[in-house]
Amino acid sequence: MGTAVTTLVKDSPPQAPQKRPAAPGDAKRRGRRENLAGYLFMSPWIAGFLLLTAGPMVASLYFAFTDYNLFTAPKWIGFDNFTKMFEDPRWQKSVEVTAKYVVIGTPLKLLLALGVALLLAQSRRGQGFYRAAFYAPSLIGASVSVGFVWRALFSDDAIVDRTQSLFGMDVGGWVGNADWILYCLVALTVWQFGAPMVIFLAGLKQVPRELYEAAEVDGAGPLRRFWSITLPMISPVLFFNVLLETIHSFQIFGSAYVVSNTSCGPADATLVYTCYLYQKGFKEAQMGFASAMAWMLLLAVALVTAVLFWSQKRWVHYEEAAR
Amino acid sequence: MSTTTPTTRSFSLGRKRTGSLVWHLSALLVLAVVLYPVVWVIGASFKPSREIIASLDLFPTSPILDNFKGLADGIADISIATFFQNSLFYALGSVAGILISCSLTAYAFARIRFAGRNLMFSLMIGTLLLPYHVLLIPQYVMFQKMELINTYVPLLIGKFLATEAFFVFLMVQFMRNLPKELDEAARIDGCGHLRIYWSIVLPLCRPALITSAIFTFINAWNDFMGPLIYLNEPGKYTVSLGMMMFRDQEGVANYGGMIAMSLVALLPVLLFFLAFQRYLIDGMATSGLKG
Repeated sequence: MGTAVTTLVKDSPPQAPQKRPAAPGDAKRRGRRENLAGYLFMSPWIAGFLLLTAGPMVASLYFAFTDYNLFTAPKWIGFDNFTKMFEDPRWQKSVEVTAKYVVIGTPLKLLLALGVALLLAQSRRGQGFYRAAFYAPSLIGASVSVGFVWRALFSDDAIVDRTQSLFGMDVGGWVGNADWILYCLVALTVWQFGAPMVIFLAGLKQVPRELYEAAEVDGAGPLRRFWSITLPMISPVLFFNVLLETIHSFQIFGSAYVVSNTSCGPADATLVYTCYLYQKGFKEAQMGFASAMAWMLLLAVALVTAVLFWSQKRWVHYEEAAR
Repeated sequence: MSTTTPTTRSFSLGRKRTGSLVWHLSALLVLAVVLYPVVWVIGASFKPSREIIASLDLFPTSPILDNFKGLADGIADISIATFFQNSLFYALGSVAGILISCSLTAYAFARIRFAGRNLMFSLMIGTLLLPYHVLLIPQYVMFQKMELINTYVPLLIGKFLATEAFFVFLMVQFMRNLPKELDEAARIDGCGHLRIYWSIVLPLCRPALITSAIFTFINAWNDFMGPLIYLNEPGKYTVSLGMMMFRDQEGVANYGGMIAMSLVALLPVLLFFLAFQRYLIDGMATSGLKG
């Protein structure tokens, strides 16, 4: 406990512990027994990995280059799915909607999470209560119930609409308005800021007090202290949150489906990527096209992950500063 | 500053008090916004349908129970109890699967030195970042060929095969922090890995197991996409899917029933949260931190 903060992704299994004195033949036999035990314990995971992850990935890659409707054998069509996809206006729309959702929703959510975490970190009294209360939405946010509630709160004449009308804006409820409904989903994800907030709070707790005291003696103001101490010290946690939240928000499905009343509309305004994938795969039985879509999503996520990891060198500090 | 005069001390005390006031006010403001939807759904479920959207009062002046009574009729001729039974089966099955398979895998990663461990660990972490949707179509095709559509097998099998890398990771983190001397002492006493796993490591891992169990239960309870894709007979629907049928069949007319059902469906999760919030929050916090 209390050692350097390390993110999950930088992690690797513990290195080989110190060798115990043993006869060479003994060690060899033991090593073999350890291998066997390891594979036995791992067998559920190995089976799962081959059957449910690696195998399906290979199959999916193959389907992506075929015309396949589930009932007749897949027919190889080369890159046709991809060219069709890039020309498909609904696919373009789904990319646009998802990008908008990710680019607006994720930073807002993380900013709020960090802001509230900084607020809560200032006082010990009441912290536990607020932390728990703010975390609750993260547990229920994905449920159909909350989707229904959201639909109600943002419909015509409901509280959000009436409040907005006070400012002279009449949009007739966000859920019925193609220009506004996406912000309804953004609000829903921002409402779930509690999960990253908890992680920020844990990170803030690990920043050594002495750093702030020293900075205060040197005459650094609160803004300077935040910029030069807090931010670098919590940058690994920030990185972790940015990575996970971004990847997750690329994959939004349930809330878009429920809030839009299963239509992903109006006018495809909530046609997030996975909604379109679902429609193509399970409503139109275009398994080849849907697989090609899934691989594009994988590539996008991989690209974002790679960029984040690359950028990490510039702004994430893993050194054990001032210890 | 040992020369603090009484005046400056009271000044700084006063500043501290206003600071704390501002703190509490800001925290309360956030609290009000965050809890509004939850409080709203409680109040709304006691309102008549036509008032639910338009009424700005959080709680009705004359609360009614009609919405809840209406639930007794079920949704589309299927009793609410059926949906709850299905959800409970799915959630408890998931918990059992995760506890067994993920703890076995985590034990191997944390406590056994075997060839290929580092490679497998990297693969496991990799699956944590893999979008589930890449697997959606081929898994569906596979289960369709195996004639397992409209059963719970596709929903549960992954849980028993440790595909939820998050929980494996959580348990690995926990097991690594247990002192190695325990294993060594047990081994000198002639214990094999199975004994060490079952009698030493598992009991000590209880906090991680509880955290995983509750998260798994809640995830399965809330799961929407899985049941939507794999279940197609209303009698097998989970609560989430059943609620959607509510919407399909009755439209907006029975708004009251829909909102009441939303509240009822949220209750198990909220109760779990109230009972175990410390485990959940600590589990969440350690997922981002190691140390």
